[in-house]
Amino acid sequence: MSEKDKKYTVVEAPEGYSAPGFFATTLDKAVGLARKNSLWPLPFATSCCGIEFMATMAAHYDLGRFGAERLSFSPRQADLLMVMGTIAKKMAPVVQQVYEQMAEPRWVIAVGACASSGGVFDTYSVLQGIDKVVPVDVYVPGCPPRPEQIIDGFMKIQELVGNEPLRRRYSPEYKEMLESYGIKIDK
Amino acid sequence: MINKQMEYNTLLQKLKDKFGDSILSADDAADFFTLVVASDIIKQLISFLKDEQNFIFLTDLCGIHYPEQEKELGVIYHLHNLVENKRIRLKTFVTKGNPQVDSIVSIFSGANWMERETFDFYGIDFVGHPNLKRILNVDFMDYHPMRKEYPLEDATRSDKDDRFFGR
Repeated sequence: MSEKDKKYTVVEAPEGYSAPGFFATTLDKAVGLARKNSLWPLPFATSCCGIEFMATMAAHYDLGRFGAERLSFSPRQADLLMVMGTIAKKMAPVVQQVYEQMAEPRWVIAVGACASSGGVFDTYSVLQGIDKVVPVDVYVPGCPPRPEQIIDGFMKIQELVGNEPLRRRYSPEYKEMLESYGIKIDK
Repeated sequence: MINKQMEYNTLLQKLKDKFGDSILSADDAADFFTLVVASDIIKQLISFLKDEQNFIFLTDLCGIHYPEQEKELGVIYHLHNLVENKRIRLKTFVTKGNPQVDSIVSIFSGANWMERETFDFYGIDFVGHPNLKRILNVDFMDYHPMRKEYPLEDATRSDKDDRFFGR
């Protein structure tokens, strides 16, 4: 079968050494490759960005192409917290608790203007961006963002996941960063 | 129309006979009978309207803040006479230093959450309320956000540069 007729895609191999019969790369890269192509997202959808996410998950845009078709509605099995929509101040402790319940390694993406900065809701009752309560890896602008933008944000997350050193989550800097958000750390 | 006016006048006369000077003013602008009353008789008045005048339904209860008035904070009650399909609106005002109004939960159970909301947003102390605590805002909020002295915008917003908003 020629290259052109292939009906499937295979991820590109990371940097490494290959010769007939073997391929060698670093553990970081091999683990990163596996992780980034099988992320389990936890959709935390509170408003219109959540509707855009539904389109992103559906057949036309199909987040399954990126290995993320398996949504996890339990934070304990999720890798990626996707916060989509306005987060009221009353909801903020809930977002933080959901984040705390996720196992390491975990990533967060703030989808849309509200999750990123409060958006148009510059008012006493709305949290002015989820980065006030949890650390955010990628921000997706838009009000609401189109599915293409959400996918772009997701691919940025994949890039981060794929290139993350395995030691990062054990570093004192990382622990310090979590502590600065008041997030409980497993001892 | 004239009938309605007469009904209102009769009711007003009854209330004036019973409560005297505590009825501060009355009008029926926009065809809606409105009374401003002293805050110390509000419970008796609502009780009277419910028990003897068939105003058996509490449509709404809410707060208001007029910073320019001497008695800045107000509570507004909308009652509905479901028997004769008549409505009445009651307003009462209190000072910010002493914002106490009698709770009417013992008369209308439906007032429970409405009074909590009014307390939450305006800080009006409903005396005799069984559970007067915040209902909509976060528990640790330390002010009453609908009072005019507080800015509507959130002080923790960091991405707004005043120069871009003509301030």
